[in-house]
Amino acid sequence: MEQFDALVVGGGLVGSAVAFGLTESGMRVLVLDEGDVALRASRGNFGLVWSQSKGLGAPHYHRWARTSAAHWPALAARLAELTGIDVGLELPGGLHFCLSDAELSARAGMMARMRQEAGEFGFDYRMLTRQEAAEMVPGLGRDVVGASWTPYDGHVGPLPTLRAFHAAIQQAGGVYRPLTPVRKIDPAPNDFRIAMPDGGVARAPRLVLAAGLGNIPLLPALGLDCWIAPQRGQILVTERVRPLLSMPTLNVRQTAEGSIMIGDSKEEAAFDSLTQRPAVMRNMAERAVRCFPWLAELQIVRAWAAVRILPKDGLPIYDQPARLPGAFAFSCHSGVGLAAAHARVLAPMVAQGGLTGDCALLSSERFQHV
Amino acid sequence: MYDLRTDVRPATVDLLIDGRPVAVPIGATVAAAVLSLGLPYIRRTPVSGAPRLPYCMMGVCFDCLATIDGVPNQQACMVAAEPGMRVSTQQGARSVSGADGHDG
Repeated sequence: MEQFDALVVGGGLVGSAVAFGLTESGMRVLVLDEGDVALRASRGNFGLVWSQSKGLGAPHYHRWARTSAAHWPALAARLAELTGIDVGLELPGGLHFCLSDAELSARAGMMARMRQEAGEFGFDYRMLTRQEAAEMVPGLGRDVVGASWTPYDGHVGPLPTLRAFHAAIQQAGGVYRPLTPVRKIDPAPNDFRIAMPDGGVARAPRLVLAAGLGNIPLLPALGLDCWIAPQRGQILVTERVRPLLSMPTLNVRQTAEGSIMIGDSKEEAAFDSLTQRPAVMRNMAERAVRCFPWLAELQIVRAWAAVRILPKDGLPIYDQPARLPGAFAFSCHSGVGLAAAHARVLAPMVAQGGLTGDCALLSSERFQHV
Repeated sequence: MYDLRTDVRPATVDLLIDGRPVAVPIGATVAAAVLSLGLPYIRRTPVSGAPRLPYCMMGVCFDCLATIDGVPNQQACMVAAEPGMRVSTQQGARSVSGADGHDG
């Protein structure tokens, strides 16, 4: 029997962020990662730290996304200090382009409502004319009629972030165990056991399920219902170019190394992260080129699909089943953007034994009432 | 480092690499032309500036990227040399003409 302070099921960005946060609280963690047969959302995401369109009608979620963005600089600095890995964080604000007057007026209405809902928390944004937006980025396309901008947005390298989490966890005495699928959990209040493939058993008073869509078969063991589904997204990546974009946009960003990434597609696609549909890729490329016509000069050098974890209402799910103190189950998309909140706010609550504040509002109990 | 076997196939295709004339046999790749010229590098990488030369010669490693007839980041090992072709070595990441101060 191996004893730990916490067992974390899932070695992607959510599990790793929480596990890292637990090590920062002095806990010894075991991270169990299924392997590359898993859907691996954390290896396929776009890398935005994005608040400006999160939480319409759900101000607690908007606050949570902003809280994470606010914690990101300290997280990035801490990861660099511990591991020497620069995760490439930039938070210069972000642009959402509108390609028609109808889009622009809908966007303006949405942003005004976001500010109203934010109340005393505040919501700083500007609706930009085409000319104002064109002064912020080079070669803006004529189809862009305007944009929304907030100062909270930015981007970060998802793969360096994941690598830094794994390194920091292990430096703190935690164990990252790859190729270890979890089929069964033996739960008791403040006493959780998981059988290892090698025949051993790991045991801890805390358990965190953070395995993305891999949570689905494990939720019943904690008495929880499933409220998540897969949603496929695709990404196109160009050859590297000189620094051109000083800030990310919703669907186009330039990485620290110079590649331009094109994203923001959404498809219902079951648990299929391998199929890439040319029609979807064409739509993404077309919208990107309408925003930045010069993108048409560039070669696409990579493209991939990945599957998002999409909760029924789009908001994160942070559960702590009442009859199993010490157990937690987390399911969300935006594992990059929320990583700082997960490491620096959520994990300390897990260490303390209970979720409070905006996190407590994000339990799956919200679905029971509808 | 590399010598062409001009006794087997005569070097009849003339091209320019960074303004220097070089002749290679019909069917030889641009990467082969770069190697035969003995240049220290075909490109410097965008991130670290490290010098690179053609390596795999079969389209896999992307180390032989060069500007060929004005188009940057071409895989030189996948392009057959043609008479009059102009090849340039690359210094870091490419620029984008449409993003340099034009509006739309």
